[in-house]
Amino acid sequence: MSDFFYLIPLSLGLGFVGLAVFLWSLRGGQYEDLDGAAERVLDDEDAPILPHGKSASSQC
Amino acid sequence: MSCCGPATLALAAAPAAAEGGPSREEIVLASHRIGEGLWQTDLSVPAVHCGACMRTVENALGRIDGVEGARVNLSTRRVSVRWREAADPSAFVPTLAAIGYPAHLDDPAADERDETLSSLVRALAVAGFGAMNIMLMSVAVWSGAEAGARDLFHLISAAIALPTIAYSGRVFFSSAWNALSHGRTNMDVPISIGILIAFGMSLYDTVNSGAHAYFDAAVSLIFFLLIGRTLDHVMRERARTAVKGLARFAARGAHVVRGDGRQEYLPLSEIAPGMTLMVAAGERIPVDGEIIAGQSDIDCSLVNGESLPREAGPGTAVEAGTLNLTGPVTMRARAAAKDSFLAEMLRLMEAAEGGRSRYRRLADRAASLYAPFVHAAALVTFLGWMLVGGGWHQSLTVAVAVLIITCPCALALAVPMVQVVAARRLFEAGIMVKDGGALERITEIDTVVFDKTGTLTQGILALTNAGDIAPAELAVAAAIAAHSRHPHARAIAAAAQDRVRLAPVFDSVGEHPGLGLEATAGGHVYRLGRAAWALRDASGITGTVLSRNGRLVAGFSFADRLRPGAQQAVRALKAEGLRIVLLSGDRSDEVLRLAAELGITECAGDLVPGDKVAILAALAADGRKVLMVGDGLNDAPALAAAHASMAPATAADIGRNAADFVFLRDGLEAVPAALGLSRAAQALTRQNLALALIYNAIALPFAVFGFVTPLFAAVAMSSSSVIVVANALRLGRADGGAREAGRRVGRMSEARA
Repeated sequence: MSDFFYLIPLSLGLGFVGLAVFLWSLRGGQYEDLDGAAERVLDDEDAPILPHGKSASSQC
Repeated sequence: MSCCGPATLALAAAPAAAEGGPSREEIVLASHRIGEGLWQTDLSVPAVHCGACMRTVENALGRIDGVEGARVNLSTRRVSVRWREAADPSAFVPTLAAIGYPAHLDDPAADERDETLSSLVRALAVAGFGAMNIMLMSVAVWSGAEAGARDLFHLISAAIALPTIAYSGRVFFSSAWNALSHGRTNMDVPISIGILIAFGMSLYDTVNSGAHAYFDAAVSLIFFLLIGRTLDHVMRERARTAVKGLARFAARGAHVVRGDGRQEYLPLSEIAPGMTLMVAAGERIPVDGEIIAGQSDIDCSLVNGESLPREAGPGTAVEAGTLNLTGPVTMRARAAAKDSFLAEMLRLMEAAEGGRSRYRRLADRAASLYAPFVHAAALVTFLGWMLVGGGWHQSLTVAVAVLIITCPCALALAVPMVQVVAARRLFEAGIMVKDGGALERITEIDTVVFDKTGTLTQGILALTNAGDIAPAELAVAAAIAAHSRHPHARAIAAAAQDRVRLAPVFDSVGEHPGLGLEATAGGHVYRLGRAAWALRDASGITGTVLSRNGRLVAGFSFADRLRPGAQQAVRALKAEGLRIVLLSGDRSDEVLRLAAELGITECAGDLVPGDKVAILAALAADGRKVLMVGDGLNDAPALAAAHASMAPATAADIGRNAADFVFLRDGLEAVPAALGLSRAAQALTRQNLALALIYNAIALPFAVFGFVTPLFAAVAMSSSSVIVVANALRLGRADGGAREAGRRVGRMSEARA
């Protein structure tokens, strides 16, 4: 069993990385406008993938 | 354009929307510099509610010269505009209004993020990380790790628990310390004591290779409680920003005319008595004063509840917050902003706030009974085990188990969870609630006091005799009326919108402030306005008339329209056995007429704000618990004095801030709806408290007799928390379809507000 003890710092380390990433994103203001972020994903400012006239972008 | 077209917006409900944008000076006053010649302005745009709206708003603002960029925050319905010094910021609001998004200035708050929420979420994240990792170690221990591995796991757990408790537990420790240092106790006191003793005891056992450690219990307790606390905060903050985003009804500053004729825009706080001020048509009067030049009509409905505008000329005294309707006036300030009518209301409010601050929330009342009981139980257990010779170590271990098992985890989660769910359901129905205490207080009421203008009525006049007037004449009147923002003119224009094409083409239309409108067409002179001015011989005729060449064509009569749902709301409240009272600052005959129409038997008119508070105080002295529903500045002290209070979104700022509930929809059904939902929530809260109590009653004997292991504690604590949370989520579950509909309507009316 003691052969697997190295997994403990490993899992703790991974968990800590996750925590650090979350705190970083929180500080960066990524949770300020969750509703807006959900809509912005659908924003198609770039060139349309579908042929012209067949735009699939439905508005709300 | 998409579904968010302007057709869905009833702009008439918000007077601010029709008044044109704020001036450049006012915007600069509300903006802040972000360096490199850039300024940032925050506008509240309540109509934004989807991705297409965001794009439309951002593109429209981005096209204005000198604008660097605009970014919409959909959650708070705000847009921040960054602009170069050369830009003209007064174009922002009209530009948005032109594409169907009425906007108004917001307080410059973009930089001050919600620090409390951030710190709560950080604490929650750290506690979650700690709880999960310690739980993994604990599972290994519970599955029977050998002594050496167990001690190692305990040691690692301690190493994780110490910083976690120190960081995430601060929320509870500081609140508990705050309560204790003021000689009170709250839910956080037993929580803090339980956590600290459990941690200390477990640390001692770890060092001495004991079999049991409660690190997992201590940290997951913090984690569970933080979830409740964070949700509570999110809901309250959401309601607060939504209420804050509504239009302000106080001026931010005023144009001051200096001795040498120079004009200057000064913020409100710098206006001193004796200064000469210019107030354009459509602006609010900034401070109390007296008009020295110009003619106009003043709309006082928000200030004193009068439904009809008042004529104003040189010598007329005007109060801060009233709306100058028809013509520009010059006035002399008589009081500084801090001594104006508004400030007088604030003083009355402070004096009135008594009954409410004495109210103690159910959770705190429960805690004040519960905490001494828990501490006594733990102490008795400790002493009992000492007496029967258990030794101090075992006695203390059992006492810690008692503290943990009875730690009011379920209790502390039971109440906020129900209130969070209730606030969410109310939000979906277009009702904002300020805090959980309001949900409890509204369930106790036995009397409902309504204000008249703007609450039972819409505060918008409507033409009542449109049927008696020939269509062609009405069309002429409507075509002329369209040139004015006087409430009578608006009512006429609204009544005959579709007939305007019947009207002749006018050569000229001019407004005579305080009198009416004059138009010429085909050699005829039409006048729409006061009878005495429009008619050559006005003997015996009063009110608003249309005349051609000085002869009467048609007379108009107006009435304030009832708010939709007013009848049903009053009937529903009566059916509940509540006593209904109508108090108004308007003329008594108007009040009596409306009371009769709605079937309200108790009413009083011609009241000044102090009278309303006095009546509420008399009701309270009778042992009555009053729900006050009102909107005007003059209602604000009464809103603060009542046991619970409610205001429509169109209410004056301080009234809205004083009210416990703010409803965003037009309909007055919100009052019985809020009452019903709060009662359902209260029933669930009591159920949850009972569940938590039953759980404690069952678990306590096990703990006292020393059968509680860390595993037992973890399972019991989590399951009881899950049960109360699941029970809370039942609120309003029965009508899923209706809720969905409510959400849609809620969105529309938010846009409207």
